[in-house]
Amino acid sequence: MTEPIEVSAMPDGLWSQPAVDTAAIDVLGGVEPVRSIRTPASLTYRYTPGLSQSRFLNAMAEGKILGERCPQCGKVYVPSRGACPVDGVPTTEPVEVADRGTVVSYCIVNVEFTGRGFDIPYASALVLPDGGDIPLFGLIQETSHEDVHVGMRVEAKWKPPEEWEKSLENIEWWRPSGEPDADPETYRELV
Amino acid sequence: MMRDVAVVSTAQTPHARRVEDRNEVEMLMPVLEAVKGAIGVTQEDLDFTCSGSTDYLAGQGFSFVTILDGVGPYPPIVESHVEMDGAWALYEAWVKIQTGAADTALVYGYGKSSPGDLPRVLSRQLDPYYTAPLWPDSVGLAALQGRALLDSGKATEAEFAAVASRSRASAQANPNATISLDTTAEQILAEPYLVSPLRKDDCAPISDGAAAVILAADDRARELTDSPAWIRGIDHRIDVHGLGQRDLTDSPSTRLAAEKAGVADAPVDMAELHACFSPQELILREALGLGDDVDINPSGGPLSANTVMAAGLVRVIEAADRVASGDAGRAVAHATSGPCLQQNLVCVIEGDD
Repeated sequence: MTEPIEVSAMPDGLWSQPAVDTAAIDVLGGVEPVRSIRTPASLTYRYTPGLSQSRFLNAMAEGKILGERCPQCGKVYVPSRGACPVDGVPTTEPVEVADRGTVVSYCIVNVEFTGRGFDIPYASALVLPDGGDIPLFGLIQETSHEDVHVGMRVEAKWKPPEEWEKSLENIEWWRPSGEPDADPETYRELV
Repeated sequence: MMRDVAVVSTAQTPHARRVEDRNEVEMLMPVLEAVKGAIGVTQEDLDFTCSGSTDYLAGQGFSFVTILDGVGPYPPIVESHVEMDGAWALYEAWVKIQTGAADTALVYGYGKSSPGDLPRVLSRQLDPYYTAPLWPDSVGLAALQGRALLDSGKATEAEFAAVASRSRASAQANPNATISLDTTAEQILAEPYLVSPLRKDDCAPISDGAAAVILAADDRARELTDSPAWIRGIDHRIDVHGLGQRDLTDSPSTRLAAEKAGVADAPVDMAELHACFSPQELILREALGLGDDVDINPSGGPLSANTVMAAGLVRVIEAADRVASGDAGRAVAHATSGPCLQQNLVCVIEGDD
């Protein structure tokens, strides 16, 4: 015996439906009601990165980190998506930034999800490359996660050149560069 | 008391079959620059910004947020987005101006369908329990609608072919069209079916592109342009979602929107109709009450350039441009959304006299 279906829990008059002739489905009284269905769906896309990100990815394949400068505010975006997100104009002047920089934010990761076999916990960080105005995302290795801090100076650990592809993953991780901490004024806008 | 609102600037990209080199923001930026530049305004002069797009086309989550990079959103702007064609973004902007909260608005719509399989992508807007799991694609559903129209005796395949032939011929004067052809209806009728009763030429191409409009109210519109195209009526209505609950040979929501927008209040010179399949144009003409003397889709219509999520806004642009140039005194623009003309927007545009 199935439970009756309550059409509306609202008080009369606020929301109501006319009486419905249920004769056609009354015969289904003994049938187990459908509570849920699964309808798996997937779509396939062929992604293209665009002009600006193509320039970035092509440079990565040569072991360079390429940003682009906004002609109005002068900020260097790494990578640029093609427009200055402040001024709304195309970023067209390519600017190579350094493969070393400053940690401006980080978090300690306690869950294994990269599939790359790092010992947990480890630190992932936002690294502001020297010469750039927005940070790149990366992992910090070759030091204890407990030593990672804002202002810490780090350098990129690249894959061997023969393994370089058009990918940010050419940088395996960032590691301490041994320099003293950066002056907070150099990253004040980003923390 | 309603405020007078006009289209004061328009811009659109060429509607290309495939834009592979540029990402969405790179595709859109030239249009935004053009629509503002044409009347000498900057983003700071615009009180409201509203866009229409859907992430399903390019498969990029929250693409409408990243696209704001190209707008110039700093100092902070008042902004909104509809997961619909840009024509509905225009409606939202029109309402915003009616409330008095804005005197000017930037409206844009964009779509990059080429990364995915559009007919399958569009199946995701169907009822998720009974219809979407069957993956009926947009061409197949339009064919069902065309078949229903033939079975009802309201139209013939020759009439479908005449719509296709006329649209593709008109597109020869449209530099932004994806395709234009000098093909007679007889030649089209001799083609094999793509999905019976539709032939390839009965179906819109799939295009990548973008379009933008600036709206302004009252005196501000006259300051910005010598030839404002006034929106004299605008309304949108929707039919039920279930395809089996509708008479697919008719469009009651278009008829109601046309009545509310005042289409029949005066003669209509031209109309731009968002019909992606030739049978749909016949259904829309009937619902809008447009006679044989009305110039239909002089741009070539969606059968010649079909950037999904912008094609409805492009109808407004094509109509407004012809009113602004004096080619038409009173024009109707129509936009649609959902399967088989489920939701419909009707806009009446007039010149100064």
